[in-house]
This record gives sequence, C-alpha cells and structure tokens, in this order.
Amino acid sequence: MNDLPDDVVLSVENLSVDFRLRTHILHAVEKVSFQLKRGQTLCLVGESGSGKSVTARSLLQIIDRPGRIVGGRILLKNGDAITDIATLSPDSNAMRAIRGRRIGLIFQEPMSSLSPVHTIGSQIVEAIRLHTNLDKKAARERMIDLLRQVEIPNPDKMADRYTFEFSGGMRQRAMIAMALAGDPDILIADEPTTALDVTTQAEILDLIKRLQVGRGMAMLLITHDMGLVAEVADEVAVMRFGRIVEHGTVDAIYHAAGHPYTRQLLASTVKLTRQANVGKPAVMLSAEAPSPVLSVRNLGKTFGYAGNNTLRAVDDANFDLYPGENLGIVGESGSGKTTLGRLILRIVEPTAGTVFYRNKNGSEIEVTRLGKKGLRDFHREVRLVFQDPFASLNPRMTVKEVIGDPLIVNGLAKGKELEDRVAELMRLVGLDPMGMERYPHAFSGGQRQRIGIARALALEPRIIIADEATSALDVSIRSQILDLLLDIRRRLNLSFIFISHDISVVRYFCDRVAVMHRGRIVELGEAKQICTAPREAYTKSLISAVPNPDPRDKRMMHRQRFVAPINS
Amino acid sequence: MLGYIFKRVLYMIPTLFGMSLISFLIIQLPPGDYLTSMIATMSDSGQAVDPAEIERLKEIYGFDDPFYIQYLKWIWGILSRGDFGRSFEWNQPVADLIWARMGSTLVISLLSLLFVWVVALPIGIYSAVRRHTVGDHIFTFFGFIGLAVPNFILALILMYVAYKYLGQSVGGLNSPEFAEAPWSLAKVGDFLAHLWIPIIIIGASGTAALIRILRANLTDELHKPYVITARAKGLPEYKVILKYPVRIALNPFVSAIGWVLPHLVSGVTITAIVLNLPTAGPLLFRALVSQDMYLAGSFILLLSALTLVGMLLSDLLLALLDPRIRFN
Repeated sequence: MNDLPDDVVLSVENLSVDFRLRTHILHAVEKVSFQLKRGQTLCLVGESGSGKSVTARSLLQIIDRPGRIVGGRILLKNGDAITDIATLSPDSNAMRAIRGRRIGLIFQEPMSSLSPVHTIGSQIVEAIRLHTNLDKKAARERMIDLLRQVEIPNPDKMADRYTFEFSGGMRQRAMIAMALAGDPDILIADEPTTALDVTTQAEILDLIKRLQVGRGMAMLLITHDMGLVAEVADEVAVMRFGRIVEHGTVDAIYHAAGHPYTRQLLASTVKLTRQANVGKPAVMLSAEAPSPVLSVRNLGKTFGYAGNNTLRAVDDANFDLYPGENLGIVGESGSGKTTLGRLILRIVEPTAGTVFYRNKNGSEIEVTRLGKKGLRDFHREVRLVFQDPFASLNPRMTVKEVIGDPLIVNGLAKGKELEDRVAELMRLVGLDPMGMERYPHAFSGGQRQRIGIARALALEPRIIIADEATSALDVSIRSQILDLLLDIRRRLNLSFIFISHDISVVRYFCDRVAVMHRGRIVELGEAKQICTAPREAYTKSLISAVPNPDPRDKRMMHRQRFVAPINS
Repeated sequence: MLGYIFKRVLYMIPTLFGMSLISFLIIQLPPGDYLTSMIATMSDSGQAVDPAEIERLKEIYGFDDPFYIQYLKWIWGILSRGDFGRSFEWNQPVADLIWARMGSTLVISLLSLLFVWVVALPIGIYSAVRRHTVGDHIFTFFGFIGLAVPNFILALILMYVAYKYLGQSVGGLNSPEFAEAPWSLAKVGDFLAHLWIPIIIIGASGTAALIRILRANLTDELHKPYVITARAKGLPEYKVILKYPVRIALNPFVSAIGWVLPHLVSGVTITAIVLNLPTAGPLLFRALVSQDMYLAGSFILLLSALTLVGMLLSDLLLALLDPRIRFN
C-alpha cells in the first residue's frame, strides 16, 4: 500500500460523504480525490454549498451528524507506514492523535471559533499539552513563543486575555498559533480570512504563507475568493455540487481553464477588477454643472458623553451626490461607513453638520431639520437595501407582502393595483411574478437580495443607500446583482450610495468613491483614480491589499503597509 | 471587583427600603386587623367580647394610628434595636419565632439546591448530547412529570410509600420520640432519615426545569465553531463537551441560586404544610390568615432580603464563571 510519491503527505482517493436526512440522502461530497504535498498549497475553490468545508472536515473526522464518510480512502503518511483516516473511528485514540498533531485546522469565524470564557493562553496551552509531555511551565513558554511567531505584540500579557478583548485579526492569529501548537505537517485553513478586512486579510495570509514555507507544511486552503487563490495557491481544485470539476496548477487554471464552470467563476471575478462598461450618466456629461441631489456638510456623530470615552464614529464628512450617480463609500470595519449611511437617513441622529436633499420639484430640504412628517416623506424617496438577504426579509410574509409593504404602509395601492405593481417590480429585478405568493425561504440568497431591491424600489425612490448589499453573496451572483442595479439606475435615473468594504465591488459599480478611515473621509475622487492612482497613504495600502486574480501578478504580497499615526 | 460588590450592596439599601414599604402596605391591605379577626374567632366560639378590653388593646397596638406612623414605629424598632415587633397570635417577639424557623428552612433550602444541581447537571448534559435517543426520551418523560405534578401530590405519594413500605414515620423533620430531645448522634441520624422526602419533593420541579434549560442551552452551544476547534485539537470527546459548551451553558445553574431561596421559603408552603415541616412557609401562611401583621410583615421583609442576597450571590458567581460579564 506504500505507493505514495515522496513529497505527498496526504492523499484523498474517491472520498464520498453522505448526509442522511429525514426525506432523502444528500451526497455532499462525491468521489473527490486530491493530494497534499509538503510545502505546497492546494486551494479548494467553490461557491457556498459546493461541499468544500465538508471535505476538509472529513479529513479530521469531525463532520457534524448525520454526515458520514461512505466511501474512498484518506491516506496519511505516517513515517514509513500509511494510515487510512477513513477507516478510523471518529472517537478512537488514533484519530485524536492525528487531530492537532498531524493536521491543524483554522477556520472562518474568528469571533466564535475560540471559547469566550477561557483565556487565549489557556486554550493554546491545552493544545500543546495534549500532544507533548511538557509541564505547565514549559508549555506556557512554548505558547508565548507561538504567539510571538504569529506576531501578537506583548505575547506574555496578551496570553492572559480573553477573545473578546482581541480584534478579529488578532483572534485569527491566536487561532493560527493554536493550530500550530501540535507542530502539524498539514494545515487546513477553511475560509480563514473571509470575515476580515482586506488589509487584515493580506497580513493574515502573508503570515500563514510564511509559517507554511518556514515549517514545510502542506496546506489545504478553502475559499470562494478567486483573487485570493491566485495569490497563494500552487495547485487549485474547483468544486461544484460535491465534485471536483477541474484540478490543475494555479497557472493552468487561470490561464487555460478547461471546464466551463471554472471559466464562469473566473470571468465573474475578473469582471469585478474593472469598472462596469456603462457610460457616465447623461447629467454628468452635460456642460452645465448639475445641482446635487444630496449634499452632506460637516456631518458628524460622536458616541458617548463628553469626556475621554467619546468615540467619533463619523467626523466632519462632506460630499455631494449628483442625480444618476453611484457614489461608493469604502473602509474597513469600524471606519464609520455604516454609521454615515444611517446619519443621512437619520436612523441615527447626527451630532453635527447638515444634510440637504433636493426633491423632485427642485426645492432644497434640510434633512437634519425635518420633523416626523417631513422625515417620512424623505424616507419615501431615499431607501435602504440591507446586507443580509436572509435576515432582512420577514420569513412569515409572502414575497407579495414584502414588496408591497411600503405601498400599503403609505396607502398608495391595494387589491389588483397592488398586485400589478408588485408584478411589475418583480419583473424589473428579474424575478418571475408567478412566485409572489411564495415565502422568502423558497428563494436563494441572490433571489432574496432581488426581493429586497424590489422592496426598495416600490416607492419610486430617487436615492438608494445600499449597505454591503452584495457581501453575503457568491461571486457569480454578486456581479449579477451589480449588473441589475446598474440596469435599474439607467432605467429609473436613480442615485446610489454604495457602502462596502469590498474594493472590487466599488470599483465595478461606482462613479466616485469616498475612502473612510477612523470616521474621516480621507480621500474622495473618481473611482478609476482611487483604484489605480490613489493619492493618500491609507488608500494606497487599502488598494494594494486587494488580491489580484492573476497568479502571474501577485500584487497582495508586495502591498504597501500603512501605519496610522497615533492620535490622528 | 471589590468596587463592584460594594456598589451592588449599596444599591440594595434603597431596594430593601422599597420592599419593606410594599410588604407593610400589603399586609395592611385586607380590611380589618388582628383584633377584628380575633373578635370574629371569639364570637364564633361563643365567647363574650368586652368592648373596653378591645379599646385597651387597640391603644396598646396602635391600630388607630395612620399607616405611616405604624410603619415608622415598626421600621424604627428593627433598625434601632433589632425588634421586629410582637406576634399577636403567639404572644412572642417576632424575631424569636423567625430565627427558630429560619435554621431548618436554610438547611432544607441549601440541601435541595444541592440535590437539584447534582441531579440536573448530568441528566441535562446526557439529554443534550444524546438528543432524541431512548435515554433522552425517558428523562424527558420524567422531567415533564416533575414539572407537571403539583409538589403536594408528590409529597402525599412519597409519604404513603415511605410509611407503607419503609415503615418510616413521616412528616416533620424528626420522629416524635426525638422531637423535644436535645441534639445527639441518634437524633441527627433520625433527622437525615426524614430529610430525603422533603428534599426530593422540593427539588423535583426545580430539577426538571433545570434539565430542560440545560438541554436547550447546551444543544445550542454544541454546534458552535469553538466546539469544533476543541475537537480539532484532538481533545477526547468528554473533555470537549465538559470544558467548553457545558461551561457556557452553565449560567442558568448559577442564576438558580437567586430564585431557589425565595422559592423554597414561600413557594413550597403547601408542601411544607402537607409534610408538617418546621420551615418558614407554614408560619407565614398562618400569620397572613390571622392578620398577625408584624410577623407576616417581618417574614416578607426577610424573604425580600434573602432574594436580594441570593441575586447578589448568583451575580457574583456568574461574573466569576463568565469573563464576558466580568468585563462589562
């Protein structure tokens, strides 16, 4: 059986995993084969539900019930011998000796993948002591050394802190330290940076890559982000519906993809590296200076009472939004971009500054002074689209009720008229009006986001504020939704304020971009200029951290770092 | 942490004051007072009531004073010299009556709490980890029985069983021959032999409730990513479960201290009457019926204080257990 090539540490052969559900058997993984080689990275790419996480977990035999390995072999090289993981019982000692010791696991949620009630240090020490016979003191030293390796500052002090005192990036570093505690020769990273900002993502990937090379580990990286794959992978396996549809070196996959699904996946990623090919809105091309539909002046929000503990979520924001324009607001989490969107709608009351809105008749309204009645009229013309397509639709309302709700609330339509209007809106967002009596759970993530957009359009608004409207969607769906929004803008002459942490989305969709950092707009300009020739140091670091979906041009690894001046 | 405790204790003072006012108000609410109910009882049994005597008593007890004067007199007595007033019915200082009962109440309460914990914890964990298995269904079945059957019925059944099949004297905490005897080894043994019935009965509903709560909480926690992390480290399964999700699902256990104490004192009154336990419940009940206002008022005040102490204890323990609470 000892037939593995020298550099292969783990070989998966025809692995199949079934989930026995109440009504049927779901084949989550079907006849998947790949090999992990020492010092090399294999990326498993696919969209949500493709079975990539289940594959990774089956290597450790930690699939949630009712999932079960039903076929195939997982051969792990064990010195000269070879162990078939698939034949081990999940509760056996042999399996436990492999977990953490031979194969380390890092995964997506840095928020919830560490216990909140144990200190970071104790969780890592536990992992160390499981796989070595170090005493407490030596294990602690080893733990601090690991924290130092993952570049956590003041490791001896940080070790005694709890997870909620760490930022997302720091938690992921601690998680990596834990995965390395048993000195494994295989590292599985399941979407390790999906929940992180681009700059943090670049740092974490950089760290993982260096550790992997330094220790000669084999890595299985699971992701849906083709840009990321191009930056770090040696080999790529593309998964769809539980099967590997294409497998090859990263260069072959990116430059000579054979399978149509791979090409489609790449196309939707590459498409987002350019600006959408739609001409500037007519108003912006006309010689006469158009008057802005929305003007924000010195807008600010300070949380907390006067004193040292105040947080300036938004500080002195100024910008104009012209009719038919898409303005993007980008920034990392905590930069105040979401708060800014809410201040404009006055869902959160600003503490400083003014917002002017020019209504249909051309008269200017000071939004920051509106009473209840005026604000309601304003909200009819400026609508919000939310991030989470699952949580923002009431599961007990039919699609007709969801979309028609703003019309009913404002007493604009009922009966047959309402039905016609809902059907019209559904057609507008590319949904079949036949589905209007169905409930949201019957729709996919992308379709639900279309429903949310139809709801926002119901009152014929003039401005739509979209807060991370495409973040929860797969890449291929994401570009579809963006195209839909562009199409709607052209047809209805809307203006968009598009809030996102994803630069590629903003570059594709927006005419102008405002970059936010720590509550301030640090740079505002044409999308093309911001993305290709940024002026400010912060913008430069942000843009250079965006992964580039071309393995021959690994931009992220040569990114520029930005060290924020203290007390800025 | 010390500052936090100090602050919490400080906050208890106005709360206690409010509670004393409310408890005094409540016992004043029913029409009449101790004298009217005494007169009614005496006339019922055909005794003559001397109007002059009644006037004299009224004066002594100050029943004609306005509400706030009566309250101030009472509260001043408690604060200045620990005098909770006199029980009309027992013709004894309230303090003596209460302290005599409080000891046994506390012993039974704490033992019941311990019983609840010891039984509910393993069963709750088992039920959550082996959800929808035969064992879980059996425990669930008994859990619902524990929740649904009124305690006093359970008390009657257990008393019957103990008397008929075990030949034990039931009711009270001591057999008749020991009732007035001084404490000795034999009496302690007898006391312990009596204890199991009330503890099981009083603990039954609490155990059932905690099993359900733990099962629900733990089920939610079992599939959190940090559990998978622990498993992926290579920890044995029992350690994965006990160290991580159970620790987090444990919070309701600690919170239980807050409500178990007052519940045991006041909530199981009927059980205590059926079992003839010398605890506070029956005495409080008797005092309320006969409008023995100082006794009833002091009891309610003491219960409130116990509740507050219980809440404080459980909050402190929670903070000790869960750093997320400690740091907020």
